[in-house]
Amino acid sequence: MSKNRDIPPMHPASAMDFLPPAQLRDVQFTRLKDMVQRAFDHVALFRKRMDEQRLKPSDLRTLDDIVKLPFTVKTDLRDTYPFGLCASPMKEIVRFHASSGTTGKPIVVAYTQEDLNDWTRAVLRSLAACGVHNGDIVQVAYGYGLFTGGLGLHYGAEALGASVIPISGGNTDRQIMLMKDFGVTVICCTPSYFLHLIDRAGEMGVNLKELPLRIGVFGAEPWTEDMRERIEAGSDIRAYDIYGLSEIVGPGVANECTYQAGPHIFEDMFFPEIIDPKTLEPLPDGMEGELVLTTLCKRAMPMIRYRTRDITSLEPTRCACGRTLRRIKRIGRRSDDMLIIRGVNLFPSQIEAALLKVEGTLPHYQIIVDRQKDLDTLEVQVEVTPEAFSDTVSAMEHMQKRIAHSIEGITGLRPAVKLVAPRTLQRSEGKAKRVIDKRIM
Amino acid sequence: MKIKQLSVFLENKPGALSAPCRLLAKADINIQTCSLADTREFGILRLIVEDTDRAKRLLQRNGFAVKVTEVIALEVADEPGGLAAILDALEGTGINIEYAYSLSSRIKGHALLLFRFSDPNTALQVLKDRNINTVGSEEFTKRLKG
Repeated sequence: MSKNRDIPPMHPASAMDFLPPAQLRDVQFTRLKDMVQRAFDHVALFRKRMDEQRLKPSDLRTLDDIVKLPFTVKTDLRDTYPFGLCASPMKEIVRFHASSGTTGKPIVVAYTQEDLNDWTRAVLRSLAACGVHNGDIVQVAYGYGLFTGGLGLHYGAEALGASVIPISGGNTDRQIMLMKDFGVTVICCTPSYFLHLIDRAGEMGVNLKELPLRIGVFGAEPWTEDMRERIEAGSDIRAYDIYGLSEIVGPGVANECTYQAGPHIFEDMFFPEIIDPKTLEPLPDGMEGELVLTTLCKRAMPMIRYRTRDITSLEPTRCACGRTLRRIKRIGRRSDDMLIIRGVNLFPSQIEAALLKVEGTLPHYQIIVDRQKDLDTLEVQVEVTPEAFSDTVSAMEHMQKRIAHSIEGITGLRPAVKLVAPRTLQRSEGKAKRVIDKRIM
Repeated sequence: MKIKQLSVFLENKPGALSAPCRLLAKADINIQTCSLADTREFGILRLIVEDTDRAKRLLQRNGFAVKVTEVIALEVADEPGGLAAILDALEGTGINIEYAYSLSSRIKGHALLLFRFSDPNTALQVLKDRNINTVGSEEFTKRLKG
């Protein structure tokens, strides 16, 4: 079977992607004023912070005044658990989702029916932007449940008119069987899980390159351009980056178009800013900093200037696709993910990049940081792949050394590299758990 | 004549060896011989089985990193100098012995040795020139079963 690469006609919902900038700003400002008023009226924490700064919703005179508003941070959601940031009464709330928070209480988000409709439209536009259309068979391999990934993609794909397989995460052999038997054309999952699917399919004698599968919509964890190349070379699909976070809505805050030049933010629904995470001052387009998002439509749980902890920049140039929506640079790291080891800053994405430079290895890894005799230790556990495995000890030790050398070259830190058996590293919701910091346990 | 050998990656921890062995047992695949190379952190289990391809598929399906390599079986006289004669033959050829392991033959007065050479084809030629006989797969099975 060959891959169909025809470009579909534009979906009507995508028209908003091409709004002239002045008109877009009008839409944003109108929606922002409404939402700030709603939050001021119904969310005690927001009202308190506005009062502290002697601000009223009416002080928003132009869109640029958004920088006067107080920030919201992740701990605000924890501190007001479970419903403290809700602006709608329970009789209007029709859905909850929650984060898979690793410690203590999860982060809860709520939706009215209108919020769900908006979210569905954002995901629909995400999928349409990268060429998914009705007639496509979409396998949603994100987890269904409290996690926003599965249901988010599900409703968006259905609204687009695609045929959805709600298989959820896990059960890899079954995923591959249905992919082959149903002639799946689009897969939605985490990029690390898809790499695993490629491996496993190979072992089962299924060549993904020969299947009709042509598009992958990958997100829920940071990934690199190198990983995109690996995925595309290993499966002959086009891999697109979908961005989102449950605090804002879930997947569909931004998505790449067919030019694969960074996710376009659906700015008419989610207003982006980049700030310096230390001074909290806004930064101009093109400068790297922390992404801050404001929901412009959310009813049940409006988020005002939410600090995402994702480090990126807003691309200063217009995309070749003609969308007026700005793009964020692919997110390779989160300020949350940064580890300080022996005084050196380390991001997991650097380890991924180092592994991808060593032939035959795949970026299935876990970083274990510990402290022995007041000295930080860095261990990187790497899953052995059938391609990288050799029957001689010397070849395996040579590979260990090459990995260690590559990591040292990129990070300046010399790690202990430990080879572990395939698929033994912990994965949750299909998201790879990258870091275990025993210093804080 | 080369013999197919299966290598399996194992972590160096209790129970790691039993998992692949149990799988093979359940599938009724007999292990003719095995050797275990270990480092502080990982091990490589090397197996000769009667149905290499089936064993490989089975182990792979169950998530093991597996590789098939070819080794050379030699029968040597079970007497002083038996092994030395083989090593003498390879002297000066530049062929490296990556590893070797031995097992007992049912043929009295002989031992079986399995070699993984850096360059198996040249090694075969050198051994043939020196009239050292290699043992093929079928013969190998016979030697083990008697």
